[in-house]
Amino acid sequence: MAPRALALIAGGVLAALTLGPIAAVLIRAGGLATLGPGDWQALRFTLWQAFLSALFSTVLAIPVARALARRRFRGRGLLVALMGAPFILPVIVAAMGLIAVFGQNGLVNLGLAALGLPRIDIYGLHGVVLAHVFFNLPLAVRMLLQGWLAIPAERFRLAASLGLGPRATWHVLEAPLIRRIAPGAFAVIFVICLTSFAVALTLGGGPRATTVELAIYQAMRFDFDLGRAAALALLQLALALVAGIVALRLSRTAGFGAGRDRVVPRWDGQGALARAGDALALLAAALFLLVPLASVVLRGLPGLAELGPQTWHAAGHSVSVALGSTALCLAWALPLANRRGELLSLAAIAISPLVLGTGYYLILRPLVNPFDLALVVTAMVNALMALPFALRILRPEAETVEAEYGRLRATLRLTPLAWLRVVWVPRLRRPIGFAAGLSAALAMGDLGVIALFADPDRATLPLQVYRLMGAYRMEAASGAALLLLALSLGLFWLFDRGGRVRADT
Amino acid sequence: MLTLEGVRIAMEGGALAADFSLSPGRRVAVLGASGAGKSTLLDAVAGFRALEAGRIRWDGQDLTGLPPDRRPVSILFQDGNLFPHLDLARNLGLALRPDGRRPDRAQAERIEGALARVGLQGLGARKPGTLSGGQQGRAALARVLLQARPILALDEPFAALGPALKAEMLELVREVAEGLGALVLMVTHDPGDAGLFADDIVLVADGAAHAPVPTGAFLADPPAAFRSYVGSPAPERG
Repeated sequence: MAPRALALIAGGVLAALTLGPIAAVLIRAGGLATLGPGDWQALRFTLWQAFLSALFSTVLAIPVARALARRRFRGRGLLVALMGAPFILPVIVAAMGLIAVFGQNGLVNLGLAALGLPRIDIYGLHGVVLAHVFFNLPLAVRMLLQGWLAIPAERFRLAASLGLGPRATWHVLEAPLIRRIAPGAFAVIFVICLTSFAVALTLGGGPRATTVELAIYQAMRFDFDLGRAAALALLQLALALVAGIVALRLSRTAGFGAGRDRVVPRWDGQGALARAGDALALLAAALFLLVPLASVVLRGLPGLAELGPQTWHAAGHSVSVALGSTALCLAWALPLANRRGELLSLAAIAISPLVLGTGYYLILRPLVNPFDLALVVTAMVNALMALPFALRILRPEAETVEAEYGRLRATLRLTPLAWLRVVWVPRLRRPIGFAAGLSAALAMGDLGVIALFADPDRATLPLQVYRLMGAYRMEAASGAALLLLALSLGLFWLFDRGGRVRADT
Repeated sequence: MLTLEGVRIAMEGGALAADFSLSPGRRVAVLGASGAGKSTLLDAVAGFRALEAGRIRWDGQDLTGLPPDRRPVSILFQDGNLFPHLDLARNLGLALRPDGRRPDRAQAERIEGALARVGLQGLGARKPGTLSGGQQGRAALARVLLQARPILALDEPFAALGPALKAEMLELVREVAEGLGALVLMVTHDPGDAGLFADDIVLVADGAAHAPVPTGAFLADPPAAFRSYVGSPAPERG
């Protein structure tokens, strides 16, 4: 049957595009002996920063999630939505925002200086961890919040009728929940932070704050030592696979925390101390997320006038990469929206874009000038990276359509093409739009594989922002970052909206 | 002639046996308590459930191994008979154009005719969600009319309708089936429906679908298995 053949083709291409580069890396890697002491330092740093990032994200998420779960207030929905925003926020934009707040001349340092206290320096380990917490605290909050909201309302009623105090409520209801969800959240964030390139590129640096991925980039771009780059890629691959398997076991129930939001009536936590604590947690989280974003917007506005032709050119590249990547991602996701496909795509989650990029570089170099294919490879790698998310969104809905209308399809004798065109795609418009929006925003903001491949003529917008920052043209960089933010959110909005309008069901 | 030869169908909590023939053009009620296996029998005829043993034939053609879309059966389910995002004309059009293309002029006229036949003239541009339950049932029947297959299976599609509306729909089914000359298999747990509508009754009870008995004879002298079902303290109502 045709759909089956399509699924086989999509699966085969997916396997070839992930396993091919890995094979290239394996063949080219000169063995671990090629790695110098600096590389082992990078490995230690990678593990340590991922550990700290996961720890802080998870621990700090607990009071925020608890407050969101048990308080009703105006703007609560907005705050919950804000917790989803970092997912589609370009890393370089967040880095600019964090620099504006915590950087050399940032708000925090201005405050510290006014108080006569020593300045803090954002570059290095704490900058990397700070940025990772910025991105992953909201993820941990969403995962925990989902768990909290899944506690049946009857339990809280029972606790209220028993007159349980805060301590007892904690022991009976909340602590078991945290013990169940927090390890999974920690593991997922740990894995995400292992494959962190853009954060380390912008806020790390120096031998003491280099991740393995950053070391791959430096080996390729600065030392042009392909053997060492391949050996590092191998190291990264092993790291991600081991951590990925552990995370998968720990987080089986955790998911990505994109569940429905609801407010469970609560009777506990009515004391003044509890109220103040919750208010403080929510305020701190909101400020931590909003102030950097607000400063990107405020600092970017005057910079918009400074956008040169190069930046516009890069923006054009980024939009085409985003659209190409989205099309490719959907072309994979639609035939693979089943259980087997989702398992297959999990392979892509463990593999870092830099490893794939290194592999593609090794494969392409004997054949063509790899730089000529910079944008194509970027679009392809981004499609691979977005695929697991797209499948997670599409699969349940696709299975519902199959379950609801599979029999009607048979009795009407619909051809596979008619089923796809007349029923399947129209019924799945919303999830397809949402998946396309995520995929486009992720590709738009990606600063990963493009850094390996780019030459001056083929920058994407995130890379252009990075270059402007590196040239200390902060005004222009801020303007470009704002443009990038607008384009990422705009693409997401367009696709997501496109899936919703007139999608009457 | 629809023939079930030594048929055995696996189902939850046992198996269902059937061994009888049904003549073309008859209206047959498949009667039994809920969970007895009425829908299981229908699914086996329509091809949604594989047989454990035996054969199903239609006019000498062996249907046993055929997938649902190659059997001479049209079926109305309890719900989900229409695609909610397509208007009625488009829903009906799929019966004539399974490749999903737009119907040509002659086909469009047939669609309009089928709608008129079930009392929905002029409603081709409406989506199912804007219609009442009865109208949705009519639209689904219009589709069956266009499918024009010799066997029509009804899996309690009118169970959610009130008694008056249901009687009306059964009358419409009778007209449609007579127009097509189709054998009708209608699942029901309500002997009243069977009495209104059916020529014959197939009783499903105690792990077997029994050979058809003319409705009058059946209701005049109900078999023991049926009496125990009707006489149960809380008969299920649709």
